[in-house]
Amino acid sequence: MTPPAQPQGVTVEVRDLRKSFRAVEVLKGISFQVSRGERFVIMGPSGSGKSVLLKTIIGLLRPDAGEILIESQSIQNRAVRNQYRMAMVFQSGALLNSMTVGENVGLYLAEHGLKAPAEIDVIVARVLESVGLKGLENRAPSELSGGMQKRVAIARALVVEPQLVLFDEPTSELDPLMAVTVGEEILRLNERTGATSILVTHDRELAFATAHRIAMINEGRILFIGTAQEVQRSTDPIVQRFIRAELATPKTQ
Amino acid sequence: MFHNIGEILILFWQVLLALPQLWRLRHKVYDQLAYIGLASLSMVCILSLFIGGVLALQTGPVLVEHGISSVLGGMIGLSMCKELAPVMIAILVAGRIGSAMSAELGSMQVYEEIDALRTMNIDPVRFLVLPRMVAIAVSLPVLVLFSIPVGWFGGAMVCDFNQKIAVSFDSFFQNLREVVEVGDVLNGLLKSFVFALAIGIISCHQGLITRGGPRGIARSVTKAVVNSIVLILILDYFLTRFLLYVQK
Repeated sequence: MTPPAQPQGVTVEVRDLRKSFRAVEVLKGISFQVSRGERFVIMGPSGSGKSVLLKTIIGLLRPDAGEILIESQSIQNRAVRNQYRMAMVFQSGALLNSMTVGENVGLYLAEHGLKAPAEIDVIVARVLESVGLKGLENRAPSELSGGMQKRVAIARALVVEPQLVLFDEPTSELDPLMAVTVGEEILRLNERTGATSILVTHDRELAFATAHRIAMINEGRILFIGTAQEVQRSTDPIVQRFIRAELATPKTQ
Repeated sequence: MFHNIGEILILFWQVLLALPQLWRLRHKVYDQLAYIGLASLSMVCILSLFIGGVLALQTGPVLVEHGISSVLGGMIGLSMCKELAPVMIAILVAGRIGSAMSAELGSMQVYEEIDALRTMNIDPVRFLVLPRMVAIAVSLPVLVLFSIPVGWFGGAMVCDFNQKIAVSFDSFFQNLREVVEVGDVLNGLLKSFVFALAIGIISCHQGLITRGGPRGIARSVTKAVVNSIVLILILDYFLTRFLLYVQK
C-alpha cells in the first residue's frame, strides 16, 4: 500500500519520548517518523503505553522528555501546535452526552465561530451522511449503538478537516461487522482528506488492512516498525506472540 | 480542600479571564439558570417556611415568659435575612446543585469528554465552568430573596396561631418593619453571592480533577458537598465580622 497522492497531511516525528506517572515509566524513549498522508498503526498489548503515546502527541499529556515535531517544528509551543488542524477519535467516542449528535459534530465550527449556524447545519448533515448516519442530527448520543457513536466521533473529526487524525482503539467493543464498517470509514477518511492517521489498536485485522506501516510497542518501547508483511515475517518472539495469539481449542478424542 | 487551594484560585482566575466571552455562552447560562433556579425554588420555599416557623417556636415562648414577645418580628426578620436564609439555602444548593455540577463534570472527565473538548481547542473552563459559575452566582441570591419573605411568613404564622406565643400577624410585621432595613437584606444577598461563588468553584474544580471511574465520581461528589458546606460556614463567620465592621 502506498500513501495517497497529493496529501494534505503533515509529517510527524516523535523523538525519544518519555513519560512517567509517579514512579512508573510508561514511555521509555519512543521514536518514530510518520510521513504525510500515511496510515501508521501502533499495536501492542494492553498497558504497553499506546494510549499515553497518543494523548502525548495530541497535547493532552505533557512529556517528561523528548520531542514531538510536526513538519519539523516542535509542538511543545502551543502557538505552533495551533497552526495545525488535529483531531482525535477516542476509544469511548467521547461524545458530549448533554448535546445532540448534530451539536457534537458541529461543535468545533460553532465554538470557533468558523461558519454561520445555517452553514454548520448543512455541513453536519453532509458529514453525517458521509459516515452513513443521515438524519440522526437530533438524536442523543446515548440513543446510538457503540458503532454508531464511533462513526459520529469520526464525523466530528472530519468536520475539523484535519491534517493529523489520531484514533485510539477505534474498533474496541464492536462486533466484527461494525469493526469492518469503522475500519472502512478510517480508510475513506484518509483517502478523502489525505490526512496523516495514527491508529492505536489491538485489532490485528484492522491493523493489517489499514496500515501503511505498523509499529509494535511493548512495555513503553518500540520493538519493530515495518509494513504489515514485514511485521508478519518478523522473528521477534514478542511480535510473533502478539500477532499469532489465538485461543487454544481443547483437543477431542 | 486546603491542599488544592492554589488550583482552586487559579481556576477562579481563569473563570474571571473568560468572563468577557460570556455573551456567546448565554444560552448555556439560561439552561443552567433554569436548572438551578426552578429546580430548587419549591424546596427553598418549603425549607424557609419551616425555618421561620421553628425559629418562632423555639424563641417565642421564652420571649413571652420575659414579657418581650413584641420583638419577635424584628428578631426573626433579622435572623432570616442576615443569617438563616443565606446559610441554609447555600447549604441546600451545595447539596442539590454542587453535587450535580461535580458529578456532571466528573463524569465528563472520566469518560474523556473534557479531553475531546481540549483536542478541539475548546477551553473547558470557558465552555463548562463559566456558565455554571455565572448561573449559580445569579440564582443563589435570587433564591435567598424568595427565602427571606417566606421565612418571615412562616415565623408570623407560628406566632399568630401558637397559643403560647399569640403575637398577631400585624404586630409581628409591624415590629419587623421597624427593625429590618434594606441594608440587612442586602447583607444577606451579598453573603449568598459569595457562598454561590464558593460552591460553584469547589464543585467545578472537584469535577475537573475526578479520576478513576464511577467510584471516583462518587468521591468527587462527596468532597464537593462536604467542602462547600465547610467553606460556607467558615466564610459566614468572616463575612459577618467584615459586615459588622463595615456597618459600624
